[in-house]
Amino acid sequence: MAGGTVADPVLDESGLHLTEVPPVVPPSPHEADLPPPSPPPRKEPFVSNARLGMLMFLAFEAMFFGGLLGAFLVFRLAAVHWPPPGQPYLPGVVTWINTGILLSSGVTMRRALRAIRDGNQSGLMNGLGVTALLGAIFLAVQGGEWVRLVRYGLTLTSGTYGSTFYTLIGCHGVHVLGAVVWLLVILLQSARYRFTARDHVGVQLCGMYWTFVVGLWPVLFGLVYLY
Amino acid sequence: MAESAVAVGTGQAVHVHHEELGFWRTYVFSTDHKMIGRQFLFLGLFMMILGGLLALMIRWQLAWPETQIPGLRWVPEPFMYDGAMGPEFYNAVFTMHATIMIFFVVMPILVGCFGNFLIPLMIGARDMAFPVLNMLSFWVGAVSGVIMLAGFFVPGGHAAGGWTAYAPLTAVTQYTGVNWGQNIWCISLILLGISSLMGSINYITTIINMRAPGMTFFRLPLVIWSLFIVAILLLLALPVLTSALAMLLFDRMLGTSFFLPAGGGEPLLWQHLFWFFGHPEVYVLILPAMGVASEVLSVFARKPIFGYRAMAYSMIAIAFLSWIVWGHHMFQSGMNPALATSFMVSTMVIAVPSAIKTFNWLGTLWGGSIRFTTPMLHGLAFVSMFVIGGLSGIFMASTPVDIFIHDTYFIVAHIHYVVFGGSVFGIFAAIAYWFPKLFGRMMNETLGKIHFWLTFLAFNGTFFPMHILGVGGHMRRIYNPMQYEFLQPLQPVNVFITVSALVLGIVQIPFVINFFWSLFAGKKAERNPWQANTLEWTAPSPPPHGNWGDTLPVVYGGPYEYSPPGVSEDYLPQTQSRVPHLAAAH
Ligand code: HEM
Ligand SMILES: [Cu+2]
Repeated sequence: MAGGTVADPVLDESGLHLTEVPPVVPPSPHEADLPPPSPPPRKEPFVSNARLGMLMFLAFEAMFFGGLLGAFLVFRLAAVHWPPPGQPYLPGVVTWINTGILLSSGVTMRRALRAIRDGNQSGLMNGLGVTALLGAIFLAVQGGEWVRLVRYGLTLTSGTYGSTFYTLIGCHGVHVLGAVVWLLVILLQSARYRFTARDHVGVQLCGMYWTFVVGLWPVLFGLVYLY
Repeated sequence: MAESAVAVGTGQAVHVHHEELGFWRTYVFSTDHKMIGRQFLFLGLFMMILGGLLALMIRWQLAWPETQIPGLRWVPEPFMYDGAMGPEFYNAVFTMHATIMIFFVVMPILVGCFGNFLIPLMIGARDMAFPVLNMLSFWVGAVSGVIMLAGFFVPGGHAAGGWTAYAPLTAVTQYTGVNWGQNIWCISLILLGISSLMGSINYITTIINMRAPGMTFFRLPLVIWSLFIVAILLLLALPVLTSALAMLLFDRMLGTSFFLPAGGGEPLLWQHLFWFFGHPEVYVLILPAMGVASEVLSVFARKPIFGYRAMAYSMIAIAFLSWIVWGHHMFQSGMNPALATSFMVSTMVIAVPSAIKTFNWLGTLWGGSIRFTTPMLHGLAFVSMFVIGGLSGIFMASTPVDIFIHDTYFIVAHIHYVVFGGSVFGIFAAIAYWFPKLFGRMMNETLGKIHFWLTFLAFNGTFFPMHILGVGGHMRRIYNPMQYEFLQPLQPVNVFITVSALVLGIVQIPFVINFFWSLFAGKKAERNPWQANTLEWTAPSPPPHGNWGDTLPVVYGGPYEYSPPGVSEDYLPQTQSRVPHLAAAH
């Protein structure tokens, strides 16, 4: 069996002894498109396995946030007063600035990716480091604002306003936190020169995830803070 | 159990690829898609026995309310009182029956086992795209199963709000007295969602990127099409359930008020989120069985599947439509009648692709030289029972009729005609059909047929009369029908159903015997015992690690070239080009 190409036992069992790819015959009623005379060589996939898998994971994440956002919108659209009487407004100016910080981290992540594509190791490390730092600043500012809000009396138990705010923004925060940790792991690996211009799947995947958490933020910011 | 299965597996594998992986890596933490498939199969079958026993307990209670169930006197309070079921435990039992059957039987077997086993083998790949993720998918699923079962043993008992877990019943402990049971239910299903996510990522990536040369999308066997679509549905539907479960957990444990009117929350939100997931989910349960039926019917009718492309497109249509029909579960929730009407229309529309598939199966059978093997019988049962389930679906889809039959045994009849009559007959067909490939041995045909006919009769005896109960107004999920005067005349029907159900349970014994006997002592299977076309039959039975020897198969044609003109055999494997008469002569 080893080395058997076309003369595999399979063919023998069926009673057909074919050593070569057989000639093509007129179309049968069963299948309109003709079998190709010789099989097309296996093509390089359009999107690599790793990136396709990551895209799928992000689709899952998007639907997860979709569920939470759906819940938020149900309450938001039905509300006459939002925030409900007696509940605080969400911090505006600080969050605008914080949004800027997070969005710029998206840019530095792109920079890091472009750097490693050119084989620029220090550019990669710088990019990753700055991205992680910006992410951490974003989290710290968010945390600070949360403390202020809780002091003001807005908690998970303050009706749907508090429930949706902390759940949605909290879930996003946890994702950013996870992404920062991942960035640090990648940073550590890049400090050991794990990545090359040709092979840097780890950076790519992390970049995709980072783009997702950054890209999700304006949606949340717009709906939860501004709307 | 899993070990024995594998012992059979390695026997023949060695001479192709000699790789010593050791016991743990081969049988337990295996990354081989076939082993993971077998693991899912054993998990599902084990859970099926549990879920079936729970069902018999429900039936006993409904036929002879509050009497002692034979053999269960040993079960302590507060589950049973001297062998009779208490109402709280009854609620937990029907909740867990459905939860187990849907999430831990049909999904692990049809999607977990056959998805894993068949995808690489039928598209000509050596394994899944991410084998380690695949292994994790099984183990996270298994842990989630253990957690789910552990819920029986916590104070307050297991979740008792039905498999649909409607809030606020499930959101407040005081309503049911169930505390950790409901939490565990949520946690287990969140974990299962993660397991399924890992599976979906693997299935989709593998099917898109790892098909053998020549295996175009429209040469994929329909069962692969169905699994591909199911993986997409699960990928996009489960996260919505996950988000709903998280909110329910937060309501229960952290004091949020998503589903609690007291804090401004909205109980209907749960229903919307649940059914947005739930309706795609029911198609997750049926689509792989449809795929299995397409394989089996075509092979044993020795005819090409009728309308291959129509079959694929109708599955795609079902997948799209299944996102916009969820409201048909909520007609009685007080929704706007205009909205109800649109859901009614979309639901009727989704019946169209289902009907296309049914007619195509009939067209496949028409004029075929049918071989009535065990898998074929189960496949035929699938088609006929799915027709009944689909038709009762149309009744319920029309809003005026549903006012009358919603939440009655009519729904229970519908569910079981589609999920047992459809998915479970699909499972039996799939096991009987692929057993030779799974374990390298044939199942016994006589026992298989005995099991089939008895199951088929007992199944209809059990579930058909439920339509009558439902139209008679018998509510679902009630503890004791005798408490209602208007139901007392229907009690003989309940008794008949329970007797049939007991028979249905008992006649599964031949299947279990056949399964295990064949596993160890069945006739050795050849490569292609059914003379089928698809790629898995070109690999040894069971396939070794890596599935094929040194060369992967190359695909020249579609999967359903049965009785093709110009070929001496009545089938043409996908690895062979269509040849004129002469080339076949030797
Ligand atoms: C022709 C296709 C179908 C139609 C028109 C249809 C329609 C419906 C409708 C309208 C309901 C809600 C009835 C009510 O609660 O008042 C329902 C319930 C249900 N259907 Fe279907 N259905 C179809 C196919 C299926 C399939 C293929 C499956 C599963 C494999 C399925 C599984 C279920 C389940 C599990 C429920 C009950 C959920 C519950 O309340 O516990 N249906 N169906
Ligand atoms: Cu539905």
